[in-house]
Amino acid sequence: MAALAQYIDKQVLIITQDGRTIVGELKGFDQTTNVILSHSVERVYSMDEGVREDELGLYVVRGDNITLIGEVDEAIDKTIDLASIRADPIAEIVH
Amino acid sequence: MLIFSVFKTLTDQEVTVELKNDLSIVGTLKSVDQFLNIKLENIRVLDEERHPHMVAVKNCFIRGSVVRYVQLPKAAVDTQLLEDATRRESSNQSKR
Repeated sequence: MAALAQYIDKQVLIITQDGRTIVGELKGFDQTTNVILSHSVERVYSMDEGVREDELGLYVVRGDNITLIGEVDEAIDKTIDLASIRADPIAEIVH
Repeated sequence: MLIFSVFKTLTDQEVTVELKNDLSIVGTLKSVDQFLNIKLENIRVLDEERHPHMVAVKNCFIRGSVVRYVQLPKAAVDTQLLEDATRRESSNQSKR
């Protein structure tokens, strides 16, 4: 069973089906991959300026909208200079 | 159930998962479930320059519904066995 229990209380990065990147602490999940994140932040990427971080707070993300949940290695994440990253936003999922 | 069983035999193999948003991720297949959700470890995003979003991520969980392809090493699957199993499963299906 590919459960998310391993990621509980850890920093995770969620990519949504519309291409957003949301980082937060995984507090809960269920069978349909609905997810609860605390202290969440959306990282908005663009080609023109560095990454913008929008504070979201306590979030419930419905499983339907999730593409991927990644475990963030906080040591590496601290070394990233978000202001210098230029990237296209991730494409949206086309079923 | 059949493809789920195939994936269960492939744990610890290196696979490439291509998603429906065109993102491709290489990693070691760690686990799979009935929805074909996939857990990969030690991941690397192909075409890293266009996707710096996941630099700090080493392990991830991928929702089965967003997978387009899973690329496997040729030697990892006995295709004859798989073909036979598929035939049996499909004849069981049609009997029901």
